[in-house]
This record gives sequence, C-alpha cells and structure tokens, in this order.
Amino acid sequence: MSPQITLATALRVLSQLRRDPRTIAMLVIVPCVLVALLRYVFNGQPETFQRVGVPMVGIFPLVSMFLVTSIAMLRERTSGTLERLMTMPLAKLDLLAGYALAFAVVAVIQAATVSGVAIGLLDLHVAGSTALVVALAVLNALLGMALGLFLSAFAATEFQAVQFMPAFLLPQLLLCGILAPRDSMSDALRWLSDVLPMTYAYDALSRVAAGDGLGEVAVDVAVLVAAALASLALGAATLRRRTA
Amino acid sequence: MSSPAVAIAGLGVVRGGRPVLDSLSLTIAAGSITGLLGPSGCGKTTLMRCVVGVQVTAGGTVTVLGLPAGSPPLRRRVGYVTQAPSVYADLTVRENLRYFARVLGAPAQRVDEVAATVGLEGQVDALVAALSGGQQARVSLATALLGSPELLVLDEPTVGLDPVLRIELWDAFRQLADAGTTLLVSSHVMDEAERCDDLVLMRDGEVLAAESRQALIARTGAADVEQAFLQLVTGRQAA
Repeated sequence: MSPQITLATALRVLSQLRRDPRTIAMLVIVPCVLVALLRYVFNGQPETFQRVGVPMVGIFPLVSMFLVTSIAMLRERTSGTLERLMTMPLAKLDLLAGYALAFAVVAVIQAATVSGVAIGLLDLHVAGSTALVVALAVLNALLGMALGLFLSAFAATEFQAVQFMPAFLLPQLLLCGILAPRDSMSDALRWLSDVLPMTYAYDALSRVAAGDGLGEVAVDVAVLVAAALASLALGAATLRRRTA
Repeated sequence: MSSPAVAIAGLGVVRGGRPVLDSLSLTIAAGSITGLLGPSGCGKTTLMRCVVGVQVTAGGTVTVLGLPAGSPPLRRRVGYVTQAPSVYADLTVRENLRYFARVLGAPAQRVDEVAATVGLEGQVDALVAALSGGQQARVSLATALLGSPELLVLDEPTVGLDPVLRIELWDAFRQLADAGTTLLVSSHVMDEAERCDDLVLMRDGEVLAAESRQALIARTGAADVEQAFLQLVTGRQAA
C-alpha cells in the first residue's frame, strides 16, 4: 500500500464529485430539508423530534454514502477503469482507502451542515457533545461507504444497486429502535436487530443526545468500526485482479 | 535471437461453459510489433487478457518478460488498452493522465508527452465525456503509455480513427518498437497488418498462422495478408 496512491485516488474521487455539483448539493441540502420536515411533522410532539432528531442527523450520511459508493464502484467496474487499475501497481487497499478518505471529507461537510441546521435553526437539543454527534455521523458515513462498496459487487446494473438501499438499509432503519423501542419487538426481530450495525449507530446517537460521553458509547463505536472494517475486507475480496 | 517477450504454452480458457481458447501455444518476439488478426469473436481479446493476466485460465502457462502473466512486478512493465476506452469520463484528459501517472509512479512531465504522442495536446483540459469516440480511445491509449512499459498490449487501438491519425499512431508504434518496446496489437482491419513485423492469424479460438509477415506471404503465395488469411481458412476446411 502506498500513501501517494491512496491520496491520488482520494483527490481523483473528489475531482469527480466536484464535476457533479448537483449531487453535492443534494448530499448536503436534502438531509437538512428532511430534518426540517421532521421538526414540523412532530410540531405538536416536540419530545418525539428531540428523540429521533439526533439519530436521524447521524444516520443520513450512512444512507447517502451507501448509495454514492455503490454507484461509484459499479461505474468503476462497468467502465473498465477498475480492470485497468487492477493491472497497475495499485493495492486494493489504496483504492478502498482513497474512496474512504474522499467520502469522509464529504461526510464531515454533510454532517456538520445538518447538525448546524438542526441544532442552530430547529432547536434540536443535544445534551452530550455536538462534536461527538458529527464524529459519529462521519463514522456512519464510512460504514455506509464500506457496505456500499461490498454490496456493489452483487449489482450488475445501476437499477439493482439503487434497490439495495430499500433491501439492506430500510430493514435496518425499521429495526434499529428509532420507530419502536427494541424491547417491544418480537424476540426474533430483537435478535436480528442485535446483529445489524445501524442498531449500534442509533444507540450511540441517542445516548449522546441524552448526555452520554464517548466512554458510554465506546462499545457502540467499537461495533461500528468492526462492521466497517469487516465489510471493507469483504469488499476488497470482491475486487478481483483476474476475472472470467 | 533474444528470449521472447511472451511465451504461451497449452493455454486454455473456458467462458460461460464454452471453450474460447484450447491448448494454444504462441511466442511473441521482443522489440517487434505483432499484429493479432482475425474476425470478431475469434478470441483475440481473450488471448490479450491472458497476456495481461486479467483472465481466469483453464490450464497452460503464459510467461511475460520471463514472469508468469499478471505477476505483481509486471504491473509496471506491461501496458494494456482495452477495446472500450477505460478512463474517467467525468474528468479532463489531464486529470485522467495525472491520476494514472501517480498510480504508476511516472514523472509528471509524461502527462504532456503522452498527450502529444496521441495527438491530444490541444484537448488536455477538455472533459473526456465531451470528446469524440476516437479521441476517448486515444486518452485510453495515452494512459497505457505513461509508464513507458516494455510490453504494450493494444486491443483494436485504431477503431474509428481518421486515416491520417491512424498513420500517425502506427508511426508512433514503430518508434516505440524501434526503441525496444514489444507491441501486441489486435485489429480486424487487414491493411494494418502491413505495418506489423509478425502476424498471428486467429479463427474460432485457434491460431491459423504465427510468423513474420514476409514468411506468411511467401509461404502462401498470396498477394496480401487478407488473401493469405482466406487461403489458410479454405485450406483448413478442405483438409
């Protein structure tokens, strides 16, 4: 692995994103609009907005980076650029880390903007550290990226890649505890939610919203990091130098 | 004669349950231009993919510059251009070349040099998506030249190019070969065969002939390579 190649890859991915200002605008503006929507949907129940607002701020980056990465990686495969890179002295990790670095930059901008709007304009209250919310959002973005990278190997077309969002992320959102407390779910679903990474993202974010610090969410963070690394490793295994 | 740039022995490839190449053997001389000719679907691309080391094979050996095809040290020494341009359409020519130069560890001035070699010095700041098909193919070709590879594998590099440019590119290939680079160039245009030192004629996954152009013409008594190809095909059917 080479830091120069990783950095060159990150800069290349960012240059590609810069050419697509509409996507950048949507990455940043859409979550802000959705949080605002949430605020006024729960106009009469401000306590509900307080409960789900912070987790939503931290989970948006996971969803958007999942989508952006799975499409970007699918394009690398279908355009032949991935095959070309695989014939060059580039380590698979250079490519993965390059993407991670580029999307982390985008995630920081996205998470900071959404948190700013939610906390500054919509009176969302975070009892814990706001910086920790942004940090968790970035970690979630990297998890979304890693999941997207891995799953994109199973999509032959962009239509399929987009369908992975409702197929893999929506069930996690339903089960993570944001809609209903996990204690009230049927046992089977609660066990299932125990092994889904978004459950830990939600848990960490709602704890920080309630005033917990890094120490209290360390286990959640460890699970999220492990899930991201595991799917990166699986994603690396799908990058083949030789294909049929 | 020096050791061959590529030595293939008993190579087999199966795709989709169907044998595409079957016990194919071939050597390619170093420092020469070898033309790989044959109709579409005859296995040219598959053979080239084997030489580059991106094809899963079903038996046989492919030795490139003395190493098994696809070995890590070859990633700096072999350049490969696929038939479809494999560059980033949403980046400029210069951004593409600069990125691949960094990956290859090639000096930054190579970017302008290779852009000039393929005649794109005036388009370096244009987005690849805004270029014509032929220009995109040249960006892809320029990318393969960045690392000054010892072996260049080019899959139909001149498709869709205007005649003047085709001649210029073949002149560039000749210069590379004179400087010691080995080129393996596929084409289904027989007149490009006249520009090659050695020819490999393929049909249905088999090598019909692999020899120097002069030897092929002399042996078959044909007027040109196209006639020689037809003779070999009909001779085989009669046999």
